Parts: sequence; structure tokens; C-alpha cells
Amino acid sequence: MPQVASDHELVELVYTEARLIDEKRLEEWYDLYADDARYWIPLTRGQKSGLTENSLMYEDKLLLKVRVARLRNPHAYSQAQPSWCQHILQSPAIEDRGSLSGIAVLRTPFVYVESQRDSQHVYAGVAWHHLKRVDQRLAIALKKVELVNCEAALPSLQLFP
Amino acid sequence: MTRYRDNPSALRSLVRGGEVHRDLYTSREIFELEMERLWHSAWVYVGHDSQVPAPGDYCTTEIAGQPLVMTRAADGEVRVLYNRCAHRGARIVSATAGNCGGVLRCPYHGWTYRLDGTLRTIPLKSGYANTDFEESPAARGLAAVAGLAVHRGFVFVRLSPNGPEFADYFGESLSSIDNMADRSPVGRLEIAGAPLRYLHDCNWKMFIENLNDTMHPMVAHESSAGTARELWKDQPPEAPKPMVIEQFLPFVSNYDFFDKMGVKIYDNGHSYTGVSFSIHSKYSSQPEYEAQMERAYGADRAHAILGEIRHNTVYYPSLTVKGAIQTIRVVRPIAVDRTLIESFTLRLVGAPDVLLERSVLYNRLINAPTSVVGHDDMHCYRSIQEGLAAEGNEWVSISRNYSRQSEERAIAGTYNGTSEISVRGQIRAWLAAMTADARVR
Repeated sequence: MPQVASDHELVELVYTEARLIDEKRLEEWYDLYADDARYWIPLTRGQKSGLTENSLMYEDKLLLKVRVARLRNPHAYSQAQPSWCQHILQSPAIEDRGSLSGIAVLRTPFVYVESQRDSQHVYAGVAWHHLKRVDQRLAIALKKVELVNCEAALPSLQLFP
Repeated sequence: MTRYRDNPSALRSLVRGGEVHRDLYTSREIFELEMERLWHSAWVYVGHDSQVPAPGDYCTTEIAGQPLVMTRAADGEVRVLYNRCAHRGARIVSATAGNCGGVLRCPYHGWTYRLDGTLRTIPLKSGYANTDFEESPAARGLAAVAGLAVHRGFVFVRLSPNGPEFADYFGESLSSIDNMADRSPVGRLEIAGAPLRYLHDCNWKMFIENLNDTMHPMVAHESSAGTARELWKDQPPEAPKPMVIEQFLPFVSNYDFFDKMGVKIYDNGHSYTGVSFSIHSKYSSQPEYEAQMERAYGADRAHAILGEIRHNTVYYPSLTVKGAIQTIRVVRPIAVDRTLIESFTLRLVGAPDVLLERSVLYNRLINAPTSVVGHDDMHCYRSIQEGLAAEGNEWVSISRNYSRQSEERAIAGTYNGTSEISVRGQIRAWLAAMTADARVR
């Protein structure tokens, strides 16, 4: 199997993904995800399943679409005062180029800041991106966000770490 | 300043038939008195016995400012002890959960206790010879809570030695817990994994009063459930609905739906909505599971269990239960404007995994700090917390379908689902506990 993409392409997709969220270009962001993709924020360390164990998010594309469309809805009252966020990414490390499986895996430590009016919350963790080719295009098959404080009591977390 | 502590008539003046005073939600003194009075005399949910399956297992929590540890003792019984060393006061265990082997050991001076709290050993005990140690509170070991009751695995405590008996306090409302447990073919539930923990920067009553408020979903949740409905609307009626669509769509049902759903009121602040049907009524059937239930209970009994599809049951003031989807929410007040809500998923022991998947999905969709449904609820609660500072009106209205004449008496019974009578029932229990004679409390 040929390499999923060049190292440069793989790393660039991780940066692009974060940037599209931070700039709220959410429809473009949504299109980065493969049809069968999952966006997963586990609730516990080393969590095995998003189906049979509670997670903070375990979103398929339909749920991601609900989130993106809701943020454009004037009756999304919790966003009457909009939230903004900023990802600070460490250089993504290519853990697996996917030459056998067809799925490349990147590991990216990050700091994520989400702010709404006078409140600001800082999160940190590691993002895992599983990337694959879909019709010549590089797409996200899975984004798994391991928050360092995943088990903490959290306030509303409204955007996408 | 203490306006209310020694003044029951001032407390009574906060509650009128169809209104309550904003101090219930904003006064620090009221919050302190609630913790001392209501939360000490009520039967408060601690945890589920499946969290401590084996002797030596423990888990910790805090109720009304009291550090507690639930253990499974050597005799197999669940105990709830104050998590406080009898010696100098250190917490005995610090992790949220674990197994301590056969003994609880203080990390400071190494005093050890049996799992029932009795004192086992003290290093260099000879130092206490010829002191009055044997007569001191320290010799009695870890104090146990005054009242403990376990119902179908649900562990409740009453911190105060005085107060109602467990069976009298909950009465027939325990049928919601029974129905949830009966939905397992072997009649047992287990907590499935860690809870979702959502910090609410609002008074605890805003959360629990919302649970049987059926006039808000179509407004507050239009942007989430309504968006899901929009995305699904062009699908043909025969298209199989994904689980997430099945769970979202009923939130934006119309007023008539929620009104006809009905609300059942019990004494002491307990209630449930969904007397006739609920937002969970139209979930796809699970033939394998239903057949299993019929084998376990017989067809008639199985249909009766699965036909009871309640919405939310409030076990005032600390627990809400959704039997039809096997999730519970636990209320832990922290300060007058700060509350932790912990939402657990339960597994129906013996049932296929698809039911657990359904419960996990529902819990995440609605109760996670990342939930778009939760965000809008939370926004409304916080808006109330801030809005109540407004001058010009000190009263919160809870008068929908209020009748002065009929509500002078006991109000237990069934009512139309959009009535605010469940809030009035909670406030009635609140006032009774807040003004009760200390000997009764």
C-alpha cells in the first residue's frame, strides 16, 4: 500500500483542522471529516469504548452537523454571547504513516483556551488524528482528544478542543 | 447577619401560594440553613452498591459539606462512615474510589479501622495507658451516619438522627427505582463507568426544579433538538431513525404532548412526569431484549414493566432518575450559586449491550458538560442566578395551574403535565424541613 500522504500533508491537516475551528470556519472544518468519522473526547484515562462507556463527546458526522448548525441558530441561547477558542499546538508527531493499514496516526500535544465574555478556561491534552485517503482527498477518520483533566468537574465546554 | 436562623416566621414569609422569594436562590444564609436542616434531615443519595462490589471496596463523596466514605464491609454489608480519622481529623481515604484491603488506615499517624469503622490498631498504643482515652470519642472509631437505607442497590443516608423513616420519606415514589431495576431480566442494575461531571454556576434548586418543568424544552432546546429535527425532516417516514434522532426529536414535541404526559406528585417533594407516556415512548423496540424479559418475568409482567415509561423522577432533594433510559443525576450543592451535577449510566444486568449503548448516548447528549442541550439549560439557570439581583420584583412565579383552595391540603395525586405543581411540592417540602422543630429535624 502506498503511503497515505507525504509527511508534510499529514502535519498540515492537523494544523488546518485547529485553525478552521479557531476561525469558526466550521462548515469547512466539518468537511475535513470522513463520512464514518468520529470526534471523541474520552471521559477516563485509557478508555476503551465510546459506545458502552460515558464520553464527553463521541460524535458521528450527524452529531457534528447538529453542533455546527446549532452554532448558526439565533436561538442557541448559550451562544448569545459567542464563545471563541484558540488551539496552541506542539508539532504533530507522526506515530504511524499507515503504509500497512491505510490510516496514518499523528499525536499532537496541545493547549486549548475557550473564552466567553469575561470567563476563560484553559485545557491541555493530547490530540490523536487518524487520517486516511477518501477519493484522493486526505480526511480525518478519527480525532481523539485526551484531556489531562478529563475526569474533573467541568463548566460548559462549548466548542471543539 | 442572620435574618432567618432563629426566625421561622421570616422563613415562612418567603413562600406564598404561587410565588417564592428570590432569597431561596441567592441568600448565603438560606443556603447554610438548607445544608443544616433540609439536607441533614432528608434521605440523600450517596451511591449505588455496585460501586463497592467486594469487601474492602470504597468510594467517597461529600454531602452537605460532610466528607463521607461508602465501604463494603467484611460481612458483605454496605456502610457509610464519616471520612475523618478519630484521632486528629485527617480524611482516611483520599481517592474517589478504590480497595483498601481489609483495613482503613490513616495516612497521618497510621491508626487503622475495620471496614465497619471500629478502631483496630494504634501505633505504640501504650502511650494511651492511664489516660482517659477509652472514654474519649477517639476510641469509638470512625463515626457512622445516623441513618442508612439500601433500596434495590441505591444507597441513601440521613445525616441527622432525627427525621422521617426511609419508607415514609419516599413512599410510593420508590416505584420508579423499582421499575428501572425490574427492566433488567435478573432485576439488577450496575453503575457503568465514570459519571459525567458538570459544574453548574447556579443554585441547586434551579436544576432540580427544572427536571419536571415541561414548558421549557420546546423553547430552550429548539436550537439543539430543533436543529436535529431540521436535519432529519426530508427523510421519508419509513427511513430507520438513527438512535440520536430518536432521542433528540421528542424534546421539541408540542405543549399538548407535554401537558398530556401528566405529572404525579408525592409527599416530601418527590414527583415524576410521564404518567401516561413520555419522550422515551417511541424508541425502537429491541426484540432480543423483549423476548428475554418475557422469559424472565412472563409476558404480562414483562409488558407491564416495559410499558411504564416515565420521564424524570425527582427524589428530593438529591437524585433524579430516568428509569426508561437508565440514567441518574445526582445533585451536590457546593455554594449558594454553585452545584455539581454527576450523571451516571446504569447497565441492566443480563440485557444486551445495545441497551447500554442507548443509555450512554442519551447521557452524553443531555448531561455532559459538552452537551448542546445542557449548555442551553445551564445558560438559563445562570441567567436566573444573575437576573434575580434585579430590583422591582423579588418574587419567582410558580403559579401555573395553582389553585389556592385545593392546594391548602395535601397535593399528592396526578395532574396535567405542564403544571408547576411539582415545583410547589418541592417548595412545600423545603419549607417544612427549614422550619421543623430541631428535635424533629
